[in-house]
Amino acid sequence: MTVTERPGLGLRLLRLLGLPILLILAWWAFSVTSESFYVPTPPRVVQAFAETWFSPRLIDDALPSVARLLAGYALATVLGVGLGVPIGLSVRLRAAAEPVLEFFRAIPPPVLVPLIMLLAGIDNGMKILVIVSGCVWPILLNTVEGVRALDQVLSDTCRMYGVRGRSRLRHLVLRGASPQIMAGLRQALSVGIILMVISEMFASSSGLGFTIVLFQRGFAIPEMWSGILLLGLLGFGLSVIFRWMERRVLSWHWSHRA
Amino acid sequence: MLEVTGLKKVYESTGREAVGDLSFQLDAGELACVVGPSGCGKTTLLRCVAGLLAPTAGTIRVAGVPVTGPPDNMAVVFQEYGRSLFPWMTVQQNVELPLKEKKLPKVRRAELVAESLAAVGLADVPRSYPWQLSGGMQQRVAIARALAYEPEVLLMDEPFAAVDAQTRGELEDLVLRIWQRLGTTTLFITHDIDEAIYLGQRVIVLSSSPTVVLEDVKVDLPPERDQLATRALPRFTELRGHVYAQIQRAKDTR
Repeated sequence: MTVTERPGLGLRLLRLLGLPILLILAWWAFSVTSESFYVPTPPRVVQAFAETWFSPRLIDDALPSVARLLAGYALATVLGVGLGVPIGLSVRLRAAAEPVLEFFRAIPPPVLVPLIMLLAGIDNGMKILVIVSGCVWPILLNTVEGVRALDQVLSDTCRMYGVRGRSRLRHLVLRGASPQIMAGLRQALSVGIILMVISEMFASSSGLGFTIVLFQRGFAIPEMWSGILLLGLLGFGLSVIFRWMERRVLSWHWSHRA
Repeated sequence: MLEVTGLKKVYESTGREAVGDLSFQLDAGELACVVGPSGCGKTTLLRCVAGLLAPTAGTIRVAGVPVTGPPDNMAVVFQEYGRSLFPWMTVQQNVELPLKEKKLPKVRRAELVAESLAAVGLADVPRSYPWQLSGGMQQRVAIARALAYEPEVLLMDEPFAAVDAQTRGELEDLVLRIWQRLGTTTLFITHDIDEAIYLGQRVIVLSSSPTVVLEDVKVDLPPERDQLATRALPRFTELRGHVYAQIQRAKDTR
């Protein structure tokens, strides 16, 4: 009799942590044998991490970064979905807008930083604008695609049963497009983190990107590495939260397709 | 109750004439089936009657009122049950949504939902999601949603084409029972001749495209239908043979 059992806790932990541990060990081996000043050992980085980030710096540098990221991301979501829905619903609007949208999407957002600095200055507004300028495209284009591909039968059903206006938007359009919207939001999240860092590397006086560049210029190498580690952890944490949200929003979708 | 007069539909994009010149009418409380060879414009007919598609010429009236868009007093059960229910809503929410749009008070909505789910034999699964149910059960939900809407005219577009044979028999009897109880004017579109004769008081036989009515067959079988007994009647076999011959002729003259 073969019954697939849930593997034991030990095995699951091994699967989960096996590769990270292996990578850390490899790094360790490399850094111990390497004479390079720029490759500190893991304990040195961990020590620097504790010293650097369990301090007011977390509030002065990391928190503003995250706040700007979330503000820009939220704004891009509102903008992307808000514009994507009408464009997706209207054939004419789509025909007019799509080439332009593809053009804007093709511009790598980091090159906009100098331009946006000129236009919007170097304060928070600029950094948020940079994040929005990059995040909005995947959200917008995926929303357009999702809305365009709404099921015809479901759409007819709504017409037959008098589901129109806001109710149609809520029950049919947004829900029906939500798998694609979520896919756009997921792409936008990684774009957002990149732009958060980049915007802080230009003309900034706080933030994670700024701090990492500062450490690098001051040859505080373990501290610089600890900043990179923190960014990695931040990205990982955000993606875990995102996945949890996605599972809640799209539970019907996964089960539907299973 | 339902009058289709001189209906004609030419698809502009392809120039294909789907429906030629179609006229028939249904009295209040009638159950009529429409059969025709495959690709004969049955779906075009249904979409025009439902007000989902504007005809090129001709008029459709429901209770005397010309159809220009989906009428308020009409409900449709589509063939694609898997796509006509909202997968993100429970069974109950699916049935209730149109009633909310009708602005019915909460108590009345709850009543209608419970009654109609009971009528289709699904009183015990209001909190399930459509994808948790079998195909036949999903189509029952769609039927319950149509019933709860309390339409004067019910359109069914090959509703059982995609369910297995046994479930199909059960669902046919379900439709008959509900129709006998409520007396809703029903237009039932199918490609299955047996089904049309078994269910209908009348069978409207369509030609192939561009579609016209070939014959309007009155089904003079006893009103109480039974899957075994009715289908074993000599008259049933005769009617089936007759309609079958008509449809073959329709195919040949294409």
